[in-house]
Amino acid sequence: MNSFFFFVLTTLIALMLVYLYRVVRGPSIYDRVLGLNGISTKAIVVLLVIGTMFERVDMFVDISTGYALLNLVGALAIAKFLEEQGAQEK
Amino acid sequence: MTWLAIFLIVVGLFFLVVGSIGILRFPDVFSRAHALSLTDSLGAVFVLAGLAVYEGFTFNFLRIFVVLLLIYLMNPVISHATLRAAYRSGLRPTGEKDK
Repeated sequence: MNSFFFFVLTTLIALMLVYLYRVVRGPSIYDRVLGLNGISTKAIVVLLVIGTMFERVDMFVDISTGYALLNLVGALAIAKFLEEQGAQEK
Repeated sequence: MTWLAIFLIVVGLFFLVVGSIGILRFPDVFSRAHALSLTDSLGAVFVLAGLAVYEGFTFNFLRIFVVLLLIYLMNPVISHATLRAAYRSGLRPTGEKDK
């Protein structure tokens, strides 16, 4: 079972590299914001998988909850800022 | 119970892989966000449900379930806000006529 969780972890990190390509090469800034959102969603899942591997889920669940809330607030603030900036440019 | 957990995690990984193929190949922001947000929330929810089932029905089951609900409510809100900002700042989907 531990090797299966290691496989899941490797796959998730490979997928995060794909999203990182979109963040670096994205044509518009909205692509970068969406790619960062996808990376942080996968980081939450990676934290929980690591916690299950080490049998310390009770510690890692708190970290992933805090990361999810920080991701929500940060992405909404960036979206609000970009929306007002785009309205000024018209 | 372990086999159910493995099945749920593999299904979730399938959705995540499909979503990342979509984000590599689609042409503009709106279709990429379509590929990203739908598959991302569904795949993450499946993987977390598999982890919760593997954990068994303890108190940690409820806590992982809270994170699952948080992701499932959070992802559509973020992608909607980002895409509304993209649309209001002048980007249009490919194929829509210019007004």
